Amino acid sequence: MNTSPCHGPSHLTRRSLLRGTTAAGLSWLTPLADILAAEAATAPSGKLARSVILLWLGGAASQLDTFDPHPETKIGGGVKAIPTAIKGVSFASGLEQTASVMQDVSLIRSMVSKEGDHERAFYNIKTGYRPDPTLIHPSIGAIVCHELPDAKIEIPTHVSILPNQWPARGGFFGAKYDAFQMYDPKSPVPDVKARVNDKRLDQRMEGLSVVEQAFARGREPDLDQSKTLHQLSMQRARKMMSSEQLKAFNVSDAPVKDLSAYGDTPFGRSCYSAVRLIQAGVRCVEVTLNGWDTHANNFEGQATQVKILDAAYASLIRDLKKLGLLESTIVICGGEFGRTPKINNVGGRDHWPHAFSMLVAGGGFAGGRVIGSTDPQGEKKEPERPVLVEDLHATIQNLLGIDYSKEVMTPVGRPMALSKGEPVKELQAHV
Amino acid sequence: MNSPPTSSSWLLWLRNAVILGALAAAAFWGVAELLAPPVVAAGRGTGVSKSVQAEILQTSAKVDADFEKAWAQQQVQPVARADDLTLVRRLSLALTGSIPSLQEIRMLESLKGADLPQWWLSRLLQDRRTSDYLAERLARVYVGIENGQLLIYRRRRLVEWLSDSIQQNRPYDQIARSLIDSHGVWTTNPAVNFVSVTRENNKGPDEVKLAAKVSRAFLGVRIDCVQCHDGKLGSTWKQTDFHQLAAFFGQADFSLNGLRDDPKLSYKVRYLGQAEEAKVSPRVPWKPEMLPARGEPRTRLAAWVTDKENKAFARTIVNRMWALLFNRPLVSPVDEIPLDGPFPPGMEILADDFTTHRYDLHRLIRVIVSTRAFQMSSQSADPDHPVTTAAENAWAAFPVTRLRPEQMAGSVIQAASLSTIDSDTHVLFRIKRDIDVSNFVKRYGDSGEDNFEDSGGTIPQRLLLMNGNMITNNTSGNPLINASTRISMLAPDTASAVEAAYLSIFTRRPTVAEAEHFKGLLASAKNTATRSNAMSDLYWTLMNATEFSWNH
Repeated sequence: MNTSPCHGPSHLTRRSLLRGTTAAGLSWLTPLADILAAEAATAPSGKLARSVILLWLGGAASQLDTFDPHPETKIGGGVKAIPTAIKGVSFASGLEQTASVMQDVSLIRSMVSKEGDHERAFYNIKTGYRPDPTLIHPSIGAIVCHELPDAKIEIPTHVSILPNQWPARGGFFGAKYDAFQMYDPKSPVPDVKARVNDKRLDQRMEGLSVVEQAFARGREPDLDQSKTLHQLSMQRARKMMSSEQLKAFNVSDAPVKDLSAYGDTPFGRSCYSAVRLIQAGVRCVEVTLNGWDTHANNFEGQATQVKILDAAYASLIRDLKKLGLLESTIVICGGEFGRTPKINNVGGRDHWPHAFSMLVAGGGFAGGRVIGSTDPQGEKKEPERPVLVEDLHATIQNLLGIDYSKEVMTPVGRPMALSKGEPVKELQAHV
Repeated sequence: MNSPPTSSSWLLWLRNAVILGALAAAAFWGVAELLAPPVVAAGRGTGVSKSVQAEILQTSAKVDADFEKAWAQQQVQPVARADDLTLVRRLSLALTGSIPSLQEIRMLESLKGADLPQWWLSRLLQDRRTSDYLAERLARVYVGIENGQLLIYRRRRLVEWLSDSIQQNRPYDQIARSLIDSHGVWTTNPAVNFVSVTRENNKGPDEVKLAAKVSRAFLGVRIDCVQCHDGKLGSTWKQTDFHQLAAFFGQADFSLNGLRDDPKLSYKVRYLGQAEEAKVSPRVPWKPEMLPARGEPRTRLAAWVTDKENKAFARTIVNRMWALLFNRPLVSPVDEIPLDGPFPPGMEILADDFTTHRYDLHRLIRVIVSTRAFQMSSQSADPDHPVTTAAENAWAAFPVTRLRPEQMAGSVIQAASLSTIDSDTHVLFRIKRDIDVSNFVKRYGDSGEDNFEDSGGTIPQRLLLMNGNMITNNTSGNPLINASTRISMLAPDTASAVEAAYLSIFTRRPTVAEAEHFKGLLASAKNTATRSNAMSDLYWTLMNATEFSWNH
């Protein structure tokens, strides 16, 4: 068997390399340390964000029952307001923990979109573009991975935990930038464990090299390297299967105290896992919390989800800060649109893309700021200081040091800017 | 509790006899299935009359001559013809989205003296799997993959209607006219879904999307690029060209009786640099003389699009059918064909033949399949002069392209079963198959609308094929369903076991080196369990090879 000129397949596995080292310990964390050291040496300011966490409140959280309450009004729905760490700014009750970390977080209360359908709005909020029949735009994570490649990471650098029907995609950058999908980190990551023992796997790989030789005959010598990438992706898949970095996906060995702070929920565990993945050097992690689409019984429905969100979000911000990662990690949290000020006759709120809320933190976003406001009577659709979805995208890219206005050539032959928005300067810690 | 069994001994005896009998019958049937399954009603003909077949070959010969001239000019050496089974595999993948079954291969090989690829093509053109698969591919072009608003749109209905139309070989200009100029409700007239899919937020149909779809799907122009401004980068399209085309849909509206045209409505747009919205009158972007003077706007547009003189219409479907058969279009990208050329070899001959033969899709497929280009090997017989990218690009060798996710899923499931999975298969099994395919495609990555961009394999895809449930379930020991276990139980010797696996998965026999390697592994197995494992390993290996994931 010979997939590479001088090593058999078992030599490729990182675990076998580590088996002999006694000081393995936390060695799976080193990629980030290496990179930070290298970046600190080269980057002029040394303060650029390098990774992103996106927390999607799928189905669309109600701004009025979370981050933009209007108590004692006819649209308020009996919401109780609580103070936050930002003076004069209140949240709906239930968000006490989140309220306490707001000195590190800023709030946009005036996100504006034109998409009121879940699928189209998710496309819009994840890509910064509206759906287009001619091409698929890349999601934020795909843009980050494309623009800031990183050869040192053995696990996927773009990850989607608890994906809904519309996980982040590579779009016109190609399927290799699609997010790697995984579910509740309580269970093992799918498809990374070989189904047979090492001996049989080696035998299978040996057979494969015999079969590949037959296919390669009479074809271009560099077919694999230049086109199919078959053996390359196989090698990288095997590397991942045996990578120590895979531990970042796994929460089973986490201290109970640390994990329970996030709440004993799939979303809480996923947020905990997101921090560990960022720590291991992953560029972008999205985590989805569905269940906000409350066309009926809005108040109960929102309160249930708020409880799950509050513990997980606040713990995530605290842990990132404690680990010294908040400075380099952007954290975005919000839904694909908001919910109507008007309460319908089954006690629900419907879709409302005209003004909704979004939390932004870390990676160069300022903390403790609020921009935009909505009409307390719910009569005026347009908010003060509207922030377009594409402007949020431009801000994120700007903080990562990506030239958001750069045009890339798409496969349909149409040049396309990475983002057509403009950064929201008031949200940046340093302008 | 624990009362003694009440059944008498003769009942037990009968039960055992039935079980043994069933096992014996199953074993007999299994061995027969593996080695030479029953030939199913195999006629010799190609499905069309001799004179029509001769005409088809004449046209494909003209296409060949066109290509041969180009090869001579470019000094590329065409490779030899592929063998019959390779062509059979290509046809099954292109037309049914799955590889042929071992049962089908055995049946084909039992036909003596027939032109196998032609015979197989005729057979597939009658097969519901073909019309279903082609309908799904075309539906992606017409309505994408989104599910849209349920009240007014059912994608499934449109796909069924398209499948019926393809099965009945309805002329393609009629299909196009039905889609552009449809009326009524989606339930009774499924073509309406072409228009209703564009509706959003309780407004009427979206003229902009419809104009983009009509121009790309039926005319092979990407005129929607000038939606917001006049053409750039050498494009001569004007913003007005696009919106005047969109205006043909300005009167389309939904009422209680479904889709209709309301003369009171009109299409308005604010052009770049203008302060106000203005009414736009419908106008076609070229050959205005072909546009009927009278009639409802959509009826006029449908007549113009499908006019015999509007060659862009024929070229567009020729390019798409070529792409479906080769997994790569003749002109790339598939929906952008220059109106005035230059055209690649074959294009004009195929488009003219299609127009003069009443837009006959089956005939178009037959002509393309009969060309030298389609029947070319993808591999050079001379290892010292391997196929080059230049030769592949000039169609002097069959292009190696990545299979689509649904082709992969369909092939994994088919390869795991010795018999054919088609409309005769039990409905529960077919439902399971559909669920398996959709789960696999979700994780493998759906490529969305029908595009033909080649990109290399990704790591999650590789992990899915190496360790995923679908491959594991379909290759591990399961004597009732899985081919690997059945072969391991039933094949008389190691050589025929290896051969059966190769035919089931690669539609070919192993090379000498391959046969030796895997025969050795099987022979070293000491008992039934290890032999079954060795067979699973062989199945896994073949399904994880480049040859399985790439069309060739």
